[in-house]
This record gives sequence, C-alpha cells and structure tokens, in this order.
Amino acid sequence: MTHDRQQDAPRTEVGRNVTKIDAFKLARGEPVFTDDIHPPGMLWAKVLGSPHAHARVLEVDATRALALPGVVDVAWHAQVKAIPHTRAGQSHPEPSPWDTVILPPKVRFIGDRVAVVVAETLEVAERALGLIDVRYEVLPALTDMDEALARTDVLIHEDPDPRGIAEGGRTNVAARIDKQVGDVEAALKSCDHVVERTYWLPRVQASHIEPHVAISWLDEDGRLVVKTSTQVPFHLRRILARILELKEADIRVIKPRVGGGFGDKQEMVMEDLVALMTLRTRRPVRLEFTREEELICARVRHPQRIVMTTGVMNDGTIVANRMRVTADTGAYGSHALTVQGNTGQKVLPMYPCAHIHFQVTCLYTNNPISGAFRGYGAPQGCFALECHIDEVAKVLGHDRLELRRKNHIRLGDTDPLSAKLGEGKEGLVRVIRSTGLEKAIELGCEAIGWGQRQEPTAPHLSRGLGMALAMQGSGIAGVDWGAATVKLNEDGSVNLAVGATDIGQGSDTVLAQICAEELGIRYEDVRVLSSDTDLTPFDVGAYASSTTYVSGGAVQKAARAVREQLAAIAAGRWECTTTDVRFGEGQVSGPGGKAWTMAELASHALYQAKVQPMATASHLSNESPPPFAAQFADVEVDRETGEVFLRRFVSAVDCGTPVHPDLVLGQIEGAVAQAIGYGLFEEVIVDAAGRVRNPNFLDYKIASALDMPEMITILVPTEEPSGPFGAKAAGEVPIDGPAPAIVNAICDAVGVRIYRIPATPERVWRQIKEAGE
Amino acid sequence: MRMDLTLNGRPAQWEAAPGATLLAVLRDEGLVAAKRGCETGDCGACTVLLDGQPVNSCVVAAARAHGHRVTTLEGLADDPLMRRLQDALVEHAGVQCGYCSPGMLVSLYHLLRACRAEGTRPGDHAIREALSGNLCRCTGYVKPVAAAAAVAAALAGIPATGTEAR
Repeated sequence: MTHDRQQDAPRTEVGRNVTKIDAFKLARGEPVFTDDIHPPGMLWAKVLGSPHAHARVLEVDATRALALPGVVDVAWHAQVKAIPHTRAGQSHPEPSPWDTVILPPKVRFIGDRVAVVVAETLEVAERALGLIDVRYEVLPALTDMDEALARTDVLIHEDPDPRGIAEGGRTNVAARIDKQVGDVEAALKSCDHVVERTYWLPRVQASHIEPHVAISWLDEDGRLVVKTSTQVPFHLRRILARILELKEADIRVIKPRVGGGFGDKQEMVMEDLVALMTLRTRRPVRLEFTREEELICARVRHPQRIVMTTGVMNDGTIVANRMRVTADTGAYGSHALTVQGNTGQKVLPMYPCAHIHFQVTCLYTNNPISGAFRGYGAPQGCFALECHIDEVAKVLGHDRLELRRKNHIRLGDTDPLSAKLGEGKEGLVRVIRSTGLEKAIELGCEAIGWGQRQEPTAPHLSRGLGMALAMQGSGIAGVDWGAATVKLNEDGSVNLAVGATDIGQGSDTVLAQICAEELGIRYEDVRVLSSDTDLTPFDVGAYASSTTYVSGGAVQKAARAVREQLAAIAAGRWECTTTDVRFGEGQVSGPGGKAWTMAELASHALYQAKVQPMATASHLSNESPPPFAAQFADVEVDRETGEVFLRRFVSAVDCGTPVHPDLVLGQIEGAVAQAIGYGLFEEVIVDAAGRVRNPNFLDYKIASALDMPEMITILVPTEEPSGPFGAKAAGEVPIDGPAPAIVNAICDAVGVRIYRIPATPERVWRQIKEAGE
Repeated sequence: MRMDLTLNGRPAQWEAAPGATLLAVLRDEGLVAAKRGCETGDCGACTVLLDGQPVNSCVVAAARAHGHRVTTLEGLADDPLMRRLQDALVEHAGVQCGYCSPGMLVSLYHLLRACRAEGTRPGDHAIREALSGNLCRCTGYVKPVAAAAAVAAALAGIPATGTEAR
C-alpha cells in the first residue's frame, strides 16, 4: 500500500474540537428523539406488571378491559408463541442464557410482564390495566442470593435445558466461572502476608434521562418498522426476526437521537412488545416507560459480594490474587455471564502476578433484572481490588501509591487472564502496546497534591486523599465488529453511513472526523447517517467501549478505499502512477504541480470517468487495548454525622489519541458523576419481598449540579498501534475508579474502612462509632 | 376544558382534558423541546417558563396556564440571550445526548435574565443552584456550568429584546 495517508502529515481533523454534529438541533429542542413525532393512528401501550415476585399466571381475563371504550387489544402469554431467547443485545450466539419469552407464563419479579394493552389514548390504556383480571399461583420468592444458592426446592427457571443456563432445572445458578492462572492456593502458603477482605456492591440504575421508548408501525409494503431508543439496532432486528418469525429484511430498526443509554439500552427492554402489538393490530404502537418503571423494570447494575484474597511478600511484591464473586442477576440472566466475567477480566490484570484465581457464582433471584451498565462489571471488581490494595498496603506498612507503582501492569506486559477469559469463552492473548498509566499517576498526584496534607475546613471535619487505578478494554477482541460506507459526491462532500450507534456520546462526530482525516477533507464536508438497518451496514452497536476503536477502524478503512479509487482516477487523468497522487487539506496533487480540489476530482469522477467513488469496509480487531485511568479523591468527613463531602476529584486518563478532546473530557466527567453516586448515595433498595422501595428520582438520588466536586480532568495521550489514528476507548474506564478512590479517601480521613457502598452518612457514622468503641 | 393563554408571546386557545399536565398539552401541540423524564417534578427535563418563572411542566396542571404566559424553549428561539446560551453550550461541548439540554437552557436563561436586570454576575454556585433542578446523566455538569459562566461574563452586552422581554 503505497498511497497511505502520509504518516508524517499533521492531523487536521483528528484531535480537533469540532462542533458536535447534532449539538445545535439538540440545543434548539428540535423533534429528534423517538417520542417527538408520532405516526397517525398511533395506539398507546401499557404493560401490566406482576404484583408478585414469583408466581404462575394461571388465567388472564381481559373481558372487562376490552369492553372499555378505546381499548383495542390485550395480549398475554396464552396468545403469544413462546420462543425462548435472551433480551441481551449481544453478538450471535449470545453468551446470555435464552431464558425469556415475550410474555412469560410464570412471572419472576415484581413488575414482570403479565399482559400488554393498547388503546387510543394513554389514559385509556392506563385505566385498562386495572380491568384485566389475573389469577396467580403465588410461589415462594427468593430475593437473597445466598438463599437462592442454597435452595433447590424453589427454582426460578425450571426448564431442564433452556439454552445456556449454567445449571438449568437443577439449581438457581445462572452462570459460573472458575479460571485460574498458576496455583493460588499453593502460592498463598509461601507468601509473607495473606490479606482477605469482603466487599459489597449495590444495585444501581443507569438513569438516562430519556426513558426507554419505542414506536413501531407497518410501512406501505407491510414491513415492520421499529423506531427506538436503543444501543443495539442490529442485534434488535435479529432477535425480533427470530421471535416474531419474520425475515430480517422485513424489519427496519431506526435509531433516532437517543437520550442516554449507558448500557441500559443494550437490551430489548420493550421493542418486542410494540412490534407484537403492531403485528396484531396492524396499527402504529408506542410504549414508553415511566421513571417508576425504569427503576423497577429496566436493568440495574449487578449487585455483588466480592471476597479478595491477596498474597504478598514483605517487599510489596504481589504474588497471588484471588477474586471470588457472588452476584445477583435477578429474574433473568441478561449479561449474567459476561458482566461477571468482566469483573475479573477487566480488573485483575492491573496487577499481573503468576497466580490468579477468578471465581464467579451468579444467581437467579426474584429481584429486578440486572444487566449491562457502563463499566459492565468492572466498577464492582475495581472497587474491591483498589480498596483491597489500600488494605494490603496498610497490613504491610507500605505506602499505597508505591505499592501500586511496584505492581501495576506495564508496556509490553501480557495480560495474564486474557487467554483464559474472553466474551463468555476462551479469549485472545492481550499484550499492552500502549500505556500512559505511569504518566497518569504522576500528573494525577501532582494535581491532587498527593502526599501533602490538606487542612480540614472546620474542626468537626477530617480530610483525606484516596486514589484508584483502572483499566478497561476497547471493544471485545475478536467479537465486536462494525462496517462503514463512504460515498463521495460531485462537490467533494461525503456521505458516511455507519451501523455504529450514537447515543449522545458523539460517535457520529468522531467517526466523521476519522473519515475526513483519512480522506484529506474537512470534517464539515462529511454528513453521517447512522443506525438504520435498512440503509446502513452492520455494527454490533454502542457498547463495550467499542465505537471509536472498532467502528472507527471500519470508517478509516472505507475512507482509505475511496481514496485509493480516487488516486486511480487522478493517476489515469494525469498519466502518472497512483503513488504519485497525494491527498490533504482538501487538495489532490500529482507530479509537475498538477492539483485538483477534492470537488474538481469528484466532479471529474462522476461526469468524465463516470464512476461512483464509494466503498464499504468491515473492521474487527483481535485486540482490545486497555485505556487506563488514575483517579484521585479529596474528601472531608464529618465525624459527628458521617457525612462525606467530596471536595476535589482528579482523573488522568489515557485513551490513546483523543479524536475529539472535549468529547473525551465529557465522557470522563459524566462517568465520574455517575460513579460518585455509586460511591456515595445511589442504591436501588429492594425489600425482602422483592419490591423496589425507591422507584423515583426523589428517593433514588442521582448527582445534581450541587453534588459535584471541583473536577480536574487530564488527558494523557498515547498512540495505540492497533487503533484508528492511535485511538483507544474512553467511555467506560473513568467510571471504575471514583468509588474506591472516594472510599480510600474516607479511610485516609477517619481511619475506618467502608466495605459496603454507597458510603452513606449512616454507614460511615456506624463505622466511626464502632472504631471508637 | 377550554383555555386562553399567551403561548410563546402569542395568544392561544387550548382544549385540554381536565387532568392533563402542561407538559402533555405542550407536546401534543408539537412543542417538544420540553421532555418527559420523570413526571414527578424531579428531573427538570420539562422546564418551561410560566409567567416568566421556571416550572416543571410535568407536575403543573394545564389548567394553570389559563390566563397566563407560557414560554417554551421554542418561544425563545430568537431571543439574543437564549441564542448566546445555546451557542455557548454547543461551543463548550455541553451537549451530549441533549435530552436535558432544553430544560437546562430555560433554567439558565431565567437566571441570567434576572442577573442582567439586576446588573449582577452569577458565580459558579449561583449557576449550579439554577441548574440543580435539571438532572443530567451525561456531562457531570462541568461543561454546561462553564458555558453559562462564559455567557454570564459577557451578560451586559446581550440585548434584552426577546419574546420574554416584550
């Protein structure tokens, strides 16, 4: 390949803070979201949720509901073909168990789908729910994961072999993992110290401000169209086709602007219901969750209990690490295996050692469904490991920063777990080919003033600093892939069509920058069409920190292919070789001072050469280079009330080349805000009966502008050889470190260890009180 | 029920069901900048001005608008202060998913219009207080606050000729 983009040419589009492609229409409040435009004749759907955590649905009588004027249709399990599937939006074959049907004959959590009603207005649909008569056989509910593990007399999923359930029909275990490198048990015996601690992680909810919403209709050819707020349009089409017994070509999934996803929309939460009701009624159907339904019926981060055991020598060398995870997947096993897999896989490699043991037991319970949420298991694992490193340092009497520096992963290191553990199966060996971790630690320490005691602002307050290191991935190695089509127009502008899914993070913008850079044109000359299964090529979707790295790779390849076509056209015209044709800054130049603007070349291509310069390229990476983060918290703790005041928070992040620095900063700042909630105040509280006690934004509090500390966010650029223009991922890694950094800072301030987050005033106060007694 | 109101500076008549919220009626009218986020008045995505004061339109009865002035983001499209705020929010990369942006902009507009009238300049805390009813899950509020601060710094030069000013 001789006419590659000149490597020494300065980048003009990548690295530039261009105007986000959709920012103005969003800031003007234009009708760009799923629910902003309704098709004529649309019906409104509502779901009747189960009042029982575990029950058989013996009989549904919709006579009274159907008699209500305006009610058009009611569906329940007896009327709908039961085709087992998973609602998790993952690549086929999904590593999540096929333990779900559209409307189940047995409900497994409070809020589970019993029936769906469609009516001429929302008010009528809501009233109709109360007129559906249901007879249940109530079953014992298992809402404690240890009880779910112990009991085999009550099975939440009874079928002997629904595909992929670890111990289907025998126990309540949804997934198990047991992977070992070396021999941890033997190694621990030879260590100077063995430190074991247990950590508890809460159930939290993504809380994107736009709820789940979907509208479906039949087009003029009778094809099913689903417009939906999703992260996974292509997975959705595949799953819908199978469970509705349609051809994929007869389904069109359109993703308009999405009001946040954070993993919660990597799932078919409701699209099957609107599609089902459209097929039954032949009319457009719209369903949107209320905030209460979001907090009960959408997905939550898996609650976990993690036992960390570390063997360490007197000099601070970590010899062995064991992580034992018990997790609650709730009523269904969406992402059960893979989220828990990530808890170890994305976290334990931070401190490579010869002996690593990672065990998972993930249980079905009659609690709300756990699923994907930004970080995907890593925030849980990172909390346990990074708190634990502080504990190990304390036992050793070592400095916690130096212990990390001595043991953390370095350039050229092999990730010891990667070969043993991929996306629910054996993985690919990962070698670190770019890392800014050392630099991130250095810059982060400098910004927070590590080692300098900060004075408390009042006598009843104690001040402390904490830190945590984190690494994630860039897509799933050997699994995630995407495709892009680049088409040049006669004025030199470009249409870029990508399957990749912009959910607000700005991927349309970043992909346009990559396209422009590779073609040697301006970002402003690229128009993007994304995520319409009729019009754009395939992409797995927006998850696993994959879009810039994986989909960006596809865009770069497609743009390069178009450039090669253009080089051939120009070379033919100029009677030179393609290697003599140069691209850059909107110009195409050849030998002897020959030069065309891109518009002149494009016009020549279409009207003289009569060809359409256009290419589609696919990209998969067999690597998943980790972005790295070093994060630091400065807290004050009120010793009398246990209240924690987060004063400053520093993130130093290596995401390779920041394609759009401001958008990367935005990813980090937003992730930190979510993680502050995880560490300090967010928890979906479920009582022993399986009922969510706080399903609204007043009682389930997420961070407001007043809850935020002073934020210092530092980019530490590196060049990742396998990424487009050196880019790695940024979206998830910064959500891992804040909770442990904050809890480590609390410990530094008041000398007590919080093992269970969120670190509410009550929990902190109790720990202080116990320590004082 | 039938209502007469001033909607975005113009007289308007609405027919609304007795229990309908202001948000539901606005969205039915095609004014969709105000968003449905929680329907309990906690997230601020539905913020509009009622007689110049920011309200969560999801918990205000549509009937309350009878005889009053309702201003949505769409109604401020030509207001110089709102345009500056929109430009600043975009320039500072304060728009991620954009679902909460209209509500944030209306809250910030209300703050800055008052500050301009008083001849004061809001600090970081005042901006955060004005935004405290607008939940955003994407940005961590850093860039929206910076955008507002930038507009606040140049407030005296922004003419008061918009819809709300009339």
